[in-house]
Amino acid sequence: MMRKFYGTELSNGLMLGTAQYPSPAILADAFERSGAAVATVSLRRESGRDKAGQDFWELIQRLGVHVLPNTAGCHTVKEAVTTAHMAREIFGTKWIKLEVIGEEDLLHPDVFGLVEAARVLSEDGFEVFPYCTEDLVVADKLLNAGCEVLMPWGAPIGSGQGLNNLFGLRALRAHFPDVPLVIDAGLGLPSHAAQAMELGFDAVLLNTAVAKAGEPALMAEAFGLALKAGQMAALADPMEKRDMAAPSTPVIGKAFLS
Amino acid sequence: MSLKISIIGGGVAGLCVARELVDRGADITLYERGDGIGKHACSWWAGGMLAPYCEGETAEDIVVQLGLKAADWWQKSVGKGAKSGRKGAEKAQKVRKNGTLVVSLARDHADLQRFTRRTKYFTRLDADEISRLEPDLKDRFSKGLFFENEAHLSPREVMMTLRDLLVFEGVKFIRDEVEPELIAKDGLTIDCRGLAAKDNLADLRGVKGEMLMLSCLDVNISRPVRLLHPRIPIYIVPRGDGIYMLGATMIESSGGKYATARSVLELLSAAYALNPAFGEAEILEIGVDSRPAFPDNIPRVGKNGNVISINGLYRHGFLLAPAMAQMVAAHIFDNKSLEMKHEYSA
Repeated sequence: MMRKFYGTELSNGLMLGTAQYPSPAILADAFERSGAAVATVSLRRESGRDKAGQDFWELIQRLGVHVLPNTAGCHTVKEAVTTAHMAREIFGTKWIKLEVIGEEDLLHPDVFGLVEAARVLSEDGFEVFPYCTEDLVVADKLLNAGCEVLMPWGAPIGSGQGLNNLFGLRALRAHFPDVPLVIDAGLGLPSHAAQAMELGFDAVLLNTAVAKAGEPALMAEAFGLALKAGQMAALADPMEKRDMAAPSTPVIGKAFLS
Repeated sequence: MSLKISIIGGGVAGLCVARELVDRGADITLYERGDGIGKHACSWWAGGMLAPYCEGETAEDIVVQLGLKAADWWQKSVGKGAKSGRKGAEKAQKVRKNGTLVVSLARDHADLQRFTRRTKYFTRLDADEISRLEPDLKDRFSKGLFFENEAHLSPREVMMTLRDLLVFEGVKFIRDEVEPELIAKDGLTIDCRGLAAKDNLADLRGVKGEMLMLSCLDVNISRPVRLLHPRIPIYIVPRGDGIYMLGATMIESSGGKYATARSVLELLSAAYALNPAFGEAEILEIGVDSRPAFPDNIPRVGKNGNVISINGLYRHGFLLAPAMAQMVAAHIFDNKSLEMKHEYSA
């Protein structure tokens, strides 16, 4: 079962960022080989004002995938809202990945500003994908503010650490069984993406792990495969863990409880 | 009678092509925008690093290969021993072959590690070795890489010198903005206009760069230093006499006349991290321009009728223009194909 993102069904759960690739040609290659369904694009406001980023945006649009503009680098509600409006105009989409950063070292979301910006944008007709933590209360407030998707971090942006708080992410998944959840940020390896899907998440969003790999397109393809593996595993209803060994072949002739 | 060729564009590409073609005996007219060489060419704002191995971190192998002989080309063309144009030209800033130092702060050692894996021909340095190489970076970095076989030059001086030499050798410089198609009616034309040629090259785009020129007599750094960072990698290139070029941002944008406050803040804080004495530096200039690039960030030479175009030198103008110019000269005079081959690095 694939949860829909604001009514849109995606062909798969891979969302790829578009920054930091060695070249746009390699970026396009990474999308093709991974089959990613969504491209996130960050918008610097100074290049939005006079459409100076036009060439790059056209390149993103030519990828033929859903475009999810983001408000990366915004530190205040006002900045994020302005950037979202600019993105809507440029890309002609209501989708916005909302980032309001509160702390520089870990690029930790400012969850207070996030909720406020999410409310302002939702009321204005945006379909907000908020970059949040695994905090259940914040998640609840974001949903109340109008969000229909949540994007908790796996680990700090660009850290490549994978899923840092498995317990928290499991709790989030269990707590909001009907909400599409995307692991956004912190993934370093395809196995992290597989793990996210095994936990029942709907998608993963990553950038650095692919863009900064020696062979970005190859890594992108690896992520695509891992995602698929994780998704299949989730559908296959995995076994439960147990504390004792359980022989997979019956041991005949041995007492049960020796 | 010598072959008459027009070159449009007085940036690093146009000048290098002129150099190669004059050496083959061609009669060159070079059209340049504005008031002669200067701010109109994005090469004016370049770092001037001849660092093929470092660029190999992200650039394709052909970029590394084509750039290997750039330092020698520049040395021969404008350094000591180059034919002198006017008085003083022989004193032109020489190409300095004293390598590149690459460092990162301790928290970004992962970036240094990645750089190590992606590049070749360096030696690893510890804190003592770094401070022996650059005493003013003493105790600031525990690990670094030294690319001994790299060089740097001062773009503006080198461009002015090359221009003077070309004038001396009979190249006619005309200050006019002209269309290649019109000029080409009168003979072979080389289009080296960079981003101004965008109308003819659909997939050419601009990549905005911002840079600073600092004057800081308190810091003495003798070679380009690259400070790696996950978001804001910077380099600083000494221009001599306490002048440093600090660069450069890479933003997917073709416009903007001005640098943003954020970019300047980021560049300056990186310089400050390199040595806090940069806090007292005077800011001489804040420069902005856009580099012309194709989607693969590799330059292209193309021919359409009477027009040969060189474009997309991206952040590799001084590194690759010599090889591109040699390629064009070999095409015109030796009938070689215009395909990008490593042979031009030889």
